[in-house]
Amino acid sequence: MSQGSPFSPYVPNTEDDRRVMLRAVGVESVEELFADIPEGFGRPTLDLPAPLSELELRRELQALSELNLVPGRVPCFLGGGAYDHFVPSVVNHVISRGELSTAYTPYQPEVSQGTLQAIFEFQSMVCQLLGMEVANSGMYDGASALAEAALMACRVTGRERIVYLDTVSPAYLSVMRTYTEPQGLAMAPLAQGASLPEDAACLVVHSPNFFGCIEDVESLARQAHESGALLVASVDPVSLGMFRPPGELGADIAVAEGQALGVSLSFGGPYVGLFTCKTEYLRQMPGRIAGRTVDTQDRVGYVLTLQTREQHIRRERATSNICTSEALVGTAVVTYLACMGRAGLRRIAELTYHKAHYAASLIGRIAGYELPLDGTFFQEFVVSCPIDPAELNRRLLDRGIIGGLDVSDRVRNGMLLCVTEMNTREEIEALATALEEIAR
Amino acid sequence: MSFPVLDRRLLMDRSVSGRVGVSLPPLDVPEQPLPDAAMLRDDLPLPEVSQGEVVRYFTTLSQMNFSVDTNYYPLGSCTMKYNPKINDEAAQLPGFARIHPLQPESTVQGALKLAHSLQGFLAEISGMDAAGLATMAGAQGELAGMLMIRAYHLSRNDTGRRTVLVPDSAHGTNPASAAMCGYRVMSIPSDSQGNMDLEALRNACNSETAGLMLTLPNTLGLFDVNITEICRAVHEAGGLVYGDGANMNALLGHAKLGHLGFDVLHINLHKTFSTPHGGGGPGSGPVCCNAKLAPFLTAPIVESVAEPDGGESFRLATPEMSIGKAGAFHGNFGMLVRAYTYIRGLGAPGLREISESAVIGANYVLSALRDHYHLPYDRPCMHEVVFSARTQKARGVSALDVAKRLIDYGIHPPTMYFPLIVEEALMVEPTETESRETLDNFIEVMKEIARQAEEEPQVLKDAPHYTPNSRLDEARAARRPDLRWRPAEG
Repeated sequence: MSQGSPFSPYVPNTEDDRRVMLRAVGVESVEELFADIPEGFGRPTLDLPAPLSELELRRELQALSELNLVPGRVPCFLGGGAYDHFVPSVVNHVISRGELSTAYTPYQPEVSQGTLQAIFEFQSMVCQLLGMEVANSGMYDGASALAEAALMACRVTGRERIVYLDTVSPAYLSVMRTYTEPQGLAMAPLAQGASLPEDAACLVVHSPNFFGCIEDVESLARQAHESGALLVASVDPVSLGMFRPPGELGADIAVAEGQALGVSLSFGGPYVGLFTCKTEYLRQMPGRIAGRTVDTQDRVGYVLTLQTREQHIRRERATSNICTSEALVGTAVVTYLACMGRAGLRRIAELTYHKAHYAASLIGRIAGYELPLDGTFFQEFVVSCPIDPAELNRRLLDRGIIGGLDVSDRVRNGMLLCVTEMNTREEIEALATALEEIAR
Repeated sequence: MSFPVLDRRLLMDRSVSGRVGVSLPPLDVPEQPLPDAAMLRDDLPLPEVSQGEVVRYFTTLSQMNFSVDTNYYPLGSCTMKYNPKINDEAAQLPGFARIHPLQPESTVQGALKLAHSLQGFLAEISGMDAAGLATMAGAQGELAGMLMIRAYHLSRNDTGRRTVLVPDSAHGTNPASAAMCGYRVMSIPSDSQGNMDLEALRNACNSETAGLMLTLPNTLGLFDVNITEICRAVHEAGGLVYGDGANMNALLGHAKLGHLGFDVLHINLHKTFSTPHGGGGPGSGPVCCNAKLAPFLTAPIVESVAEPDGGESFRLATPEMSIGKAGAFHGNFGMLVRAYTYIRGLGAPGLREISESAVIGANYVLSALRDHYHLPYDRPCMHEVVFSARTQKARGVSALDVAKRLIDYGIHPPTMYFPLIVEEALMVEPTETESRETLDNFIEVMKEIARQAEEEPQVLKDAPHYTPNSRLDEARAARRPDLRWRPAEG
C-alpha cells in the first residue's frame, strides 16, 4: 500500500520537503539538529499506544464518552458550584469560529480587534450584571477568582488576615488556602455574632452560599467597612437576573463563576471566573484588561491595557502570575448574555426560582424529609433526609436519577439539591416520588 | 486594498427595547411566592438584540482577527500550530461536554479513564513518575509546581530555603509564580552562547536555594548544553529543578526532562498538544513530577483501582500531602479530552515527527534569514529562532515596525521584545504544521521588509495599512482607562 506523509495529517512536509530543507540548513540528517542533547539522553523510548486514524479516534472517543451518564438524558439535581442551564445554539456556533478559537492572546491589537472588542463587551456586561464599576477579562474559574480577590484585598488594605463566613463553598476555601497560605496570609472564619477583627483585610461572602441561601450582603458590607476591611463577594450570575447585584449591596470586589452563563458543564471546566471591583482598586486588579482607545487615524479601537500590573512587564512584582486565562469562555458568556438580553436572563432566573421552590415545597411535605435552613434561596436548598444521603443517592441512581450533593458532614443527613430551568416538572415530581418511596 | 468600514458599535448601542435573541419555555410548575421585593433588582441593563444580529455581530468581530485557521502565525513561544478539528468534536460529545463534575464516580468512568490515561501519557512523554491534571493554565501549573517544591522542603523541616533562581531569559510568569509562593527571586545571567552561565549558577546555589525554574529549550530557542550539570549543581545544594514546559514542542520523543534531572514541570496543553488558544484561553497546565514530589501534587488526581473481577475502575483522589486544590473541580477537562485525542491520534512516531518538523522549520528560517537580520546566538536552534532587528534599528526601524509590516502581508508578527536579553528581539516559531511554501513565503516577505527598512522605512512605520485599525494609542488607553460601555451622554 502507498504511504502518504510520514505519519500525521497535521504535518504537511513530505520526505522530499524535509530533504530540501535539511540541505538548505546545511545538515545531513535531522539528528544533527538535536546534537545539543547530551549523549545518552537523545531519542528515548516513548511507550504510547499505537496511533489511530481519525475514523478510529472518533469510535474510541465516542465509546469512552458513552461510559458516562449524561444529565438531561437522566434527571440530575446536582449543583454545588456548577449548574446545568440552557445554552442557546448561537453560543457554540460563535465560539466554534476558528477566527476566535485559534487566535492567541491579543498582543497585536491591529489583528486582534475581534477578540479585544469581545473582551470589552465581556467587561461591560459583567459590570452591568454585577452592578460593579470595573471588570477584567476573566480568571480561570470562580474559585481561583475568589482566591485572587482575597489576595487583592490584602494588597489594597496592607493587611494580612482574610476573614470568611463559614458558609463559603469548601472547595473555594480550599483553593483560597492554596493561594494565600504560602504568602503568610492568615485565614479565619467569622464566628457567629462576633465582630470583625480590626486587622482583617476583607470579609469573604458567598451568596447564595454553599447551602443555597442568600446572604445579607448589605449588612455584612457595612460590618466590613466599619473595620476598614473590604467586602469580597462571590455571587451566582444567573440569580442576578432577579436578585440585587453585589454592586448595589456595597461589595468592594465581586467575583462569580461564569459557567452558568452559556458554558457547558464539561466535567468541571473550562469555566471562567468573573472578576470586578470598584474603580479605586483598579490598579491592584489581577488579569488582563481591555481598554478603548483610538488609532493614528482617530478611529475607535481596543487594546490590552494597564499591563504594568502584569507578569510579563513587572515579573516578580506583578499583581498575579496569570497569563493565559479563559478568553473564549468569556466570549461564550458574552454571546449568551447578548442572546438572553434584558428579558431573557430575568426569565431564566424566574423559571429556575419557581421550579426550585416547587421542588422544595413538594419534598418538604414528604414524611421524613425536612428543609432545615431558613432564609431565601434561589436554585439550591438543603434537605435533611431520613437516611444517609450517600445511600439515598445510590437508591436514586438505581431509579435513574442523579440526586443531590451529600453535605451530611455539615448538616445532619443533609443533601444539597439543585433545580434549574433544565429540570422539567416530570423530573421534579419523579424525584419527589422516588424520595417518598425510598423513605418508606 | 483596505479593510471595509465596519459598524463597530457595541451591543448596548444596538439595543432596541423589546427585541429578544432566544425563545424560552413557559413555566410548567405552579408559580411560587417571590421573596421580599427589597431583595430584587429593579433593572437588568443587558442589550436587547435579535438572534441574527447577535450572529452577525460576532461573525464580524471574528473577521477582524488573525488566527491559525486563517493566517500564518509564527508567534514565538506560543506554539501556534494547527488545532485538529476532531479534538474539538471529541470534547463536544454529550458524554463529555454535558457531565457534571460532582456526579458519582460510577457514572463518569469514561471521563476518569480518559484522564487517567492522559496522566500516564504525559508522565511518559516527560520522563516523570506521576502527573496531575487539575491546574488550568501554564502559569497555574508553575504556581502548583513551585508550591510542591516548597511543600517538599517544609515536609523535611528544611525551612531555610527562601530563594528561587530564574534565568534572565525566563518568561515573566516564572518569577511571578515564585513570588506567589513567597520566594525571593534571584536572576541568573546567560552566557555568550545563550546557555545559562554555569559559574554564576554555581555561585548562586546554596543552602537557601529552594530551586531553579528553567525552560528547555530556553526562550532563545536553544537547548542548554549544560543541562545535566545545571540540574546537578542545584541538586547538590539541596534545591529542586522546575521545568517550564512551554517549549516542549521541540523535545517530543527526543529528550525527556525527567531523565535530564528535572524534578517537576508543567505542560501547556494549549501549546504542545494543540488545544486551541481561544484568544487567550482556556488553556490547561498539567503538572508532571518524579516520585519524590508525587505526594504533593494538586488535588485531585485520578487513580486506578483493581476490581475483584479482574477489571479496573477509576476514582478521584487527593495525594497524601497535596498542596491543595487549584480550582473548584478537576481542571479544564474539555482541554484534556482534546489533548488525549491528539496524542492518541499521533502515538510515539507522530509525536517524534512533530518535534523533528518543528525543529527543521525553525532552522530553515534561521539559515534563510541570517544574512538579513542579526542572529544574536549563531548556532542551530530548536523549534524557534530569535533574531534581532538591531541592524534595522540603527537605521531607525524597530522590531515593532518590522512586526507591524508583516501584518500587511497577512502574517501574524513574531513575538517581539522577548526574551528581554535580546535587543529588538523577534522570536519566530514556525511550528510543524506549516508547509515549506508557507515558510518560503515568510522568508521572502522578511527579506523584502529588510529591504524596505533600508530604502523606504516610512512604509514600515505606517504599517499596518489594511487592518480595521492602524496603530493604536496604548499610552492613552493606560492614562485614561476606558474599560466598559457607558450610556451616551445627553
